[in-house]
Parts: sequence; structure tokens; C-alpha cells
Amino acid sequence: MPVLTNIEELRELRDKARAEITEREENKTTIILGMGTCGIAAGAYEVEAELQSELEKHNITAELISVGCIGMCHNEPLLDIQQPGLPRITYTNVKPKIVGKIIEKHLVQGEYNKRWIYGQLSSGNGKFVEGIPAYEELPFYNKQVRIALKNCGIIDPESIEEYLASDGYSGLEKALFQMGPEDVIQEIKESELRGRGGAGFLTGLKWEFCRKASGSPKYVICNADEGDPGAFMDRSVLEGDPHALLEGMIIAGYAIGAPEGYIYCRAEYPLAIDRLKIAIKQAYELGILGENILGSGFSFNLKIKEGAGAFVCGEETALIASIEGKRGEPRPRPPYPAVSGLWGKPTNVNNVKSFAIASQIMVNDANWFNKIGTEKSKGTAVFALTGKIEHTGLIEVPMGITMREIIYDVGGGIPDKKQFKAVQTGGPLGGCLPEDALDTPVDFDSLTEAGATMGSGGMIVVDQDTCMVEFARYFLTFASAESCGKCVPCRIGGQRLLEVLIRITNGEGTPEDLDEIERISEFMSEGSLCALGQLTPGPVISSLRFFREEYKAHVNENYCQAGVCEGMFTYEIVPDRCTGCGLCLKECTTEAIIGEKKVVHVIDQSKCIQCGACYDVCNLGAVLVKRKHELPLVKTA
Amino acid sequence: MGIVNFTIDGKEIQADKGATLLQAAKQEKIYIPILCDHPALPPEGACRICLVEIESERALHPACTYPISEGMIVHTNNSRVRAARKFNLELLVSDHPLDCMTCEAAGDCLLQDLAYEYDVTEDRYQGTKHHFSVDDPNPFIQVDRNKCILCRRCVRACSEINGVEAISVFYRGFSAYIGFGADSSMDDSPCEFCGSCVAVCPTGALWPKLSLGQGRPWQVERVKTTCPYCGVGCQLVLEVKDNKIIKVDSAWDGPSNHGWTCVKGRFGYDFVHHPDRLNKPRVRKYLLEGKKKPPAKKRKPELKGNPWTWVEVDWETALGITAEKIRQVVDDHGPDSIGFLTSAKCLNEENYLMNKLARQVIGTNSIDHCARL
Repeated sequence: MPVLTNIEELRELRDKARAEITEREENKTTIILGMGTCGIAAGAYEVEAELQSELEKHNITAELISVGCIGMCHNEPLLDIQQPGLPRITYTNVKPKIVGKIIEKHLVQGEYNKRWIYGQLSSGNGKFVEGIPAYEELPFYNKQVRIALKNCGIIDPESIEEYLASDGYSGLEKALFQMGPEDVIQEIKESELRGRGGAGFLTGLKWEFCRKASGSPKYVICNADEGDPGAFMDRSVLEGDPHALLEGMIIAGYAIGAPEGYIYCRAEYPLAIDRLKIAIKQAYELGILGENILGSGFSFNLKIKEGAGAFVCGEETALIASIEGKRGEPRPRPPYPAVSGLWGKPTNVNNVKSFAIASQIMVNDANWFNKIGTEKSKGTAVFALTGKIEHTGLIEVPMGITMREIIYDVGGGIPDKKQFKAVQTGGPLGGCLPEDALDTPVDFDSLTEAGATMGSGGMIVVDQDTCMVEFARYFLTFASAESCGKCVPCRIGGQRLLEVLIRITNGEGTPEDLDEIERISEFMSEGSLCALGQLTPGPVISSLRFFREEYKAHVNENYCQAGVCEGMFTYEIVPDRCTGCGLCLKECTTEAIIGEKKVVHVIDQSKCIQCGACYDVCNLGAVLVKRKHELPLVKTA
Repeated sequence: MGIVNFTIDGKEIQADKGATLLQAAKQEKIYIPILCDHPALPPEGACRICLVEIESERALHPACTYPISEGMIVHTNNSRVRAARKFNLELLVSDHPLDCMTCEAAGDCLLQDLAYEYDVTEDRYQGTKHHFSVDDPNPFIQVDRNKCILCRRCVRACSEINGVEAISVFYRGFSAYIGFGADSSMDDSPCEFCGSCVAVCPTGALWPKLSLGQGRPWQVERVKTTCPYCGVGCQLVLEVKDNKIIKVDSAWDGPSNHGWTCVKGRFGYDFVHHPDRLNKPRVRKYLLEGKKKPPAKKRKPELKGNPWTWVEVDWETALGITAEKIRQVVDDHGPDSIGFLTSAKCLNEENYLMNKLARQVIGTNSIDHCARL
């Protein structure tokens, strides 16, 4: 493909791409497969293989397109069929064995197999078919507003033409040819976009600081080191719409005056890295990256740096150290990277979503973005919904929506008719909110005020079966293991805090331990070097705040309400009830149950891991839960 | 460079733009305790002992890295700051052996001083402690990671000052420790044993093996001297106990070395008190007796009346024989048959005199200097 040397050539190419897509939609059958990591993990490759053989069998010509994650991870693998002039019909939970049935009914007999149909998505002509719900009407989608995820799951991430056809690079076009760098910064400032990495600093202001800083060359870095357990927002953008990130970064480079950029992506995202590489290669081939972009005189080069798996490298100064080839550790700020960043030069670091949204702000304008969201948090928030929730997946909702709407409307509520207990936002450094706080509007300031944090978008829902002490201990184990070890409060304080939590979950806690938790947490959060250390106590402090009674039950009565904390109880078999049926013996994975057929079974406590499998399987009620520690005889009033 | 006006502990202060809070405070003689910072090294911000409160900032900040700015109001010693410092010291002590009684560094240990200042008397956590073995096989430096507080002074000295990068931090979080090379021993790393790491270690984690059990810091006389080895002229501070050198410390004001030195300067002093060291001149027995050079086969120490035996004499005799022999060589073979090699250990004046001796007295230009080798 020839290098584009001016704006007209770009527009020509975009028109051509649009015409080709319209032509395909009107005249060809297209089958679209969800090939994000979620789809692949659910078996999309097997579905693809089966699909190809089915198409061959029925002698059907159809174009196969792979797209990224559209958000419904709970429904993967997804298979969409778009026939000439008709909308995209989505089939969900497609297992290889039903591919044949779908193809036969849909493409051979020309009927819709409604058993597996989820909804329909209009193609370019805006038409819908009767009897199938449109995406916009479905509860998972009707409250969503998709900006950062606009193209995810819709376009082929490996085709720059599809991106171009979807207004791609028109934000860049506008920035380079109709605006000066200061105008771009002004536009982003007016949009009041706040950084989507978690801290929520105003993106426009950050760009301006970097532009005004003295030093050359300047750098633009994309932080794609998404390390939170249960978070996959950035990965989905990288896998589903890599050009959106590239466009945002080139615009930022132009606004700041930076000729070079880095995408710091964790190596655990191989598919995202592959797609980024393809996107970068395509952009270079078209002259959208490289020297003299589209003849504008502005040059921008982009490199990928793969992270080596340290959570702390998501902290911007640690990330910069890692790019420089040093041990990934943060350094004290100030000076901030905008003044002294990569190799001591002014550097702007933004999250993937911030760049993707910035490019959309440029396509539209600041006012368009400004109208979405709340007074101080504009636009949308992207969340990865996980845990005990019906619709696990990726969602993008306007700021200001309540937590209740997200969990019960978009998320479909709690599975198995269980009781909601808490929702953790902001990942292992965030906080949790209880039932009472579900009407909190979701925006940067309200969440912080309520005791949780916005974070970069992980949202983990837990139900009645989760012990909040154990839940906090889990996150603390993660955060303290991921501490870089540089500063004392985080390195040793995190360990000491974890030891208190381990003590409590082992049934060895004391009432004083609750004060100790608060004491260590306070000092860690005010004295640690970086956000990792400062926020490590977050989950513990917020769960202690909202679930103090549960903590008290652990330390005062050695009682774990959820029946999770191993140290609190033992399983025992009541000889009178046991018939020696052997059911529990078969179920036990650690060979802790001893016994022969028709002889009373016994549990070897040294081998038992308190998993509860025997308790669940016994239908005679012979397995009993016995508390390890006796209740205190005298309770002080 | 502009001037910045700001306030520390109610005192209005002016300092040069670009200075850190710690530098500015030091200039005003305002004490801020430090642990990981060292004046000869770039700041790190790791130990969190120099935390100060800056009004309008939510968290506390380390004075060692925080740049001063116009109008800032800083508190270096209020109850909030002191509580945070004490918390950090308690954490450090909770993973540190409480063996100050026998620790080499007692009396010369920053952690000990700060624990005293902040009244940290015991391990309040009783949690997990590290138990590293103290067995680095190198000949010079004892490595006791149990006493290491991970201030990384050694890392910075090795990479920023000596440029060797033999020392780095391994693993993360509570499992992090200081290691050498590719996590092997000091011996098996690029270490040159310059001892800069020992010089900056604030505790007893790195200690010269030669000095183990030799004496306490308060028992020694500190003697400033010039290193006798090479022409750099490093200033050293010898720690002398009972007229014996027990340790070499850094003279941070040394104009040519600023406190740093090499393996010879730091650890090469054992020759001073060595029994084999020559204190008086000696000559061969046959020379003293004015006899001819005997055959080499008689050069056996066990041989009775061995003409090759060394005999202790006075300077007059030794120099007399030397002068006579030199004259004989000049007479027999000419002045150019003699060459002179002088030493970097000598003073300029001594080298100058040697030059005179060679060129004017003997009449040869064959004179050179070991620093050229």
C-alpha cells in the first residue's frame, strides 16, 4: 500500500474502505467470531475449525472475520452471522457441536435458531429483523455508552481499513490539519477528561505540563501494564481496537511536542501485543506513523516495551525505570514525569483508555464528551465485571450511574439466588462497598468518598459465601507480594499487616488486632513511597469499616460467618449417623477420610484442608462443622 | 539559579532553586534524621526516616528527594512526623537482630542511633524475621544480610561511584535482599573489593573481615593519612587501637578521593604489622665479607656458613656497599648499563632527587616510574 502523503489521500482511502464494507454487507455473507482472549479461552478456535468444515460441507461462501471482545465474556464463544443487507445476528455460548445446527438452520434453511440467538446488531444500513432483540434493548447493553470500547467486538482489529471506515484517524486528521498543538490541549482540557488509570488527574492539564516543560526530546508513554487481578479493560481495547490507542498517542505526541512514544504492555498479553504490532506496522506502511505524518511535518515513532510481570510497573515512575532497563521500582515524586521522566526528559504517561477516549474527543469535540457523566467526572467508565455476578464481562457506562444499576441491571445480579455482599472496585489497591452503599453514583469523587476507589476499572462482586476478612487477606497477600521492597512502610509494613490478617483468619486474632490494622494502615498510607504502598491497606481498611462486625466475630468469637476461614472450625463425622457409604471418601481430594465400606468413617485432621466437599456430599447429615475454639465463657458487657 | 523562599519549622529560609529540602535544612543547621541518604550518593527516598510534613500535601514526603518550592511550609519535627518515623524504625527493628551488644557496628550504627533517639526498644510485632547465613567466601568483606536494612547505599556506591554494578536488589517485597553479581557471592561477581559499600553501610551488614573483633569505634584513635600505594594520594582515616591499625575508614574531605579508595587502600594494610615485614636493611653475607659472588648451588638456606645468607646491618653499611657496587658497574660497563625505576609511593621530591641521581650523578637517562607500567 502506498504511503499517504496528504489528507486527501487519507480521505480517499477511508471512502474506499467504507465502500468496500458496504459492498460486503449488502452482497456477501459474513461470519464474525469473537476472538479476544476471552473468546479463545472459551473455545473460539475450535468453533472456527468446526465452522470452516461446516461451510465446506454445505458449500457456503462466507467471509470470516475475527473481532475482539464485545464485552459479553459470560456468553463466549460468540458467533455472528451477517447476511446480505441484514443485521448481525449474534449466537452465544457457541460450542463446536452446535455450529453445524446454527449454520444449517440459519444459512441453509434461512431460519433463525432462536435457542442460541442473543440479539442483533444493525449493520451499515440500520435495518433490523423482527422478533430478535436489538443489542440496545438488552439489559446488558441498554445502559452502556461506548466510547473507549466503541469498536471493540465490532471491527476487525487487524484491519486498518475497518478502523478507517469507522471514522478512524479522523481525530488525528483534525488535530494535525485544523488545530495547533495548543488547541488540541485546550480541547482535551475543555472536555475535562480525567485519566482512566485510576488517579483521575485531568488529562489535558497533564499534557499541558509536559508541553510547557523544558527539555528535549519529550516522550509519550502508554501504560498498558494492567496487573490487577480480575481486570481486563485495557487488554480488551488493545485486542479489539489497537488503532484507537495509536491514534490517541499520535495526537498526544503532536499536542505535547513529542517525537517518540512507548507502549508499555505486560508480556502476559501476547495477543494484545501481536495485534499492536500489526497495527503499528500498518500505520507505518500508510505513513500514519513515522516521519512527516500525512505530509503534516509532524513525525512520531512508536515502540512496544514488554513488561516482565511486575505489578508495580503499572506505577508510572517504575514503568519508566523498566523501559530504561532498570529494576522496575518507583522513585519519589516530585519531580513528576512531565518534568523529568524517561531518561530524565519530559514524559507524559497515560492509560490505554485515556488515549482511546482522547482520540474520540478529537473525532467529536469537547462538548460532546462533556455532556456525558457528572459534574466532576465527565464521560464514561469502563469496568471489568467479575466475581459472583451473572454477566461477567466488559462494560462501559456513563459516570454517575449507580453501583446498583451496574450490578443488577447491566450485570444481571447475583447468580444462584445468593445474597449480594460487597463489591470491590479499584482492584487489590481499591476498596469495597457494602449493600447500603450500592446507590453511590459511580464517579471518581463519590467512590473515594464512599470508601472505595475508581481504580482503573476492575469490579469484583462477592456474595454471602465470601468472608470479608479472608477477602481482604487475599488482596493483601497479592499487594505485599508485589511490593517492590524499596521503601520500609510497604516492604515490612505490608508484611506485618498481612501477618495480622493471617492471624485473624487462622482464629488466633485478638480484639487489639483491629486497632493494629488501623494503625499500620494509617502509617503505610501516609508514609509509603508510591501508590502501591499507600493503597495496599485499602481493601483491609474499607472491609474493616463496612464489615467490622465480621472482623469482631473472628477475633471475639472465633467465628467465620461465611464458613471460609480454615482455622476457625473442623469437620467431623458423627459415628451414629455414618453408614460407611463411602461417598465422602471418594470426594475427599487429600485422602483425609479413612474408612472401609459399611464401617464408620473418620477424618484425619492433619490431612483435612477444610474444603467442605464431604459436608456437601453427605446426604445423611453425618458430617458436622465443629468450631475449633470454644466460645468465651464469660462475655464482658 | 534563582532563590526560593520558604518556611521550615516556622523559620523563614532562602535557598538555591533545585536544592532538596534536606540540603536546604542542612544549610540552616536544621536536623532531619536520615538513613538511606548519604551526602556522597544520589538520594533514594527509600527508608522514609527523613519524612517531613509539607502543608497542603496529603502524604508525608522524604526531605532527601523533595525539591524546595516557593512558599512551601514544612514541619520536620512535629508529632505526626515523629510518629511516622518511629513506625518505620519499629518496622526495621522488627526484621533486625537485636544483638547490639556483640555487633561490630555498635556505636557506629545509624539504626542504633535512631532507635535510641526514637525510643524503639524492642520488636513490637514478633513477626517473620529473615535468617540469612553469613558466609560470603570473599577475603575482605563480611556480608550479614540479617543486619541489612535495604537502604541501598551500597548499591548506589557500587553503581554510581565505582561504576562496577556488582551489587543489586534481588526479589521483591519482604523477600527482597541485597545480592551480588547474578545472585551469587561477592567473590563470584564483578566486585573489585574497593570497599565503598562498606564505607557507606549504615549498619553492621557489611564489615571488613580484617576488622572483626578488633575493637570498638570509641576505643580507637582516628589518624588521617595518605595512602602509601599509588600516586593518587587518597586520604584515609586509620582506626588505630593499641598502636595497631584495625580498620580503614573514609576521609570524606580527601581532595583527591572524596572518601573513596581502592582495594589496596581499604584493605591492604595488613603488611604494616606483619612479622615478615623488613624494618632494617640487610645484605648478603658474602657482600659484607667482601667476597666474590658465590655459585648459585650454595644458595641453600640449610647450608652451614651459606654465603648467600641475609645479615642485618645498619644503613651506613648497606648504602655503602650499594654505592660501591654501582660505581663498579659504571666503571666497568658505563653509566647506561644502569637503569632506575622509581615508585608512585614516593613523594614528588623523592622522585625528583632520584632523577638527579640518575642523570647527574650516574649520568644515565634510563629512569622510569612504576605509575607508567
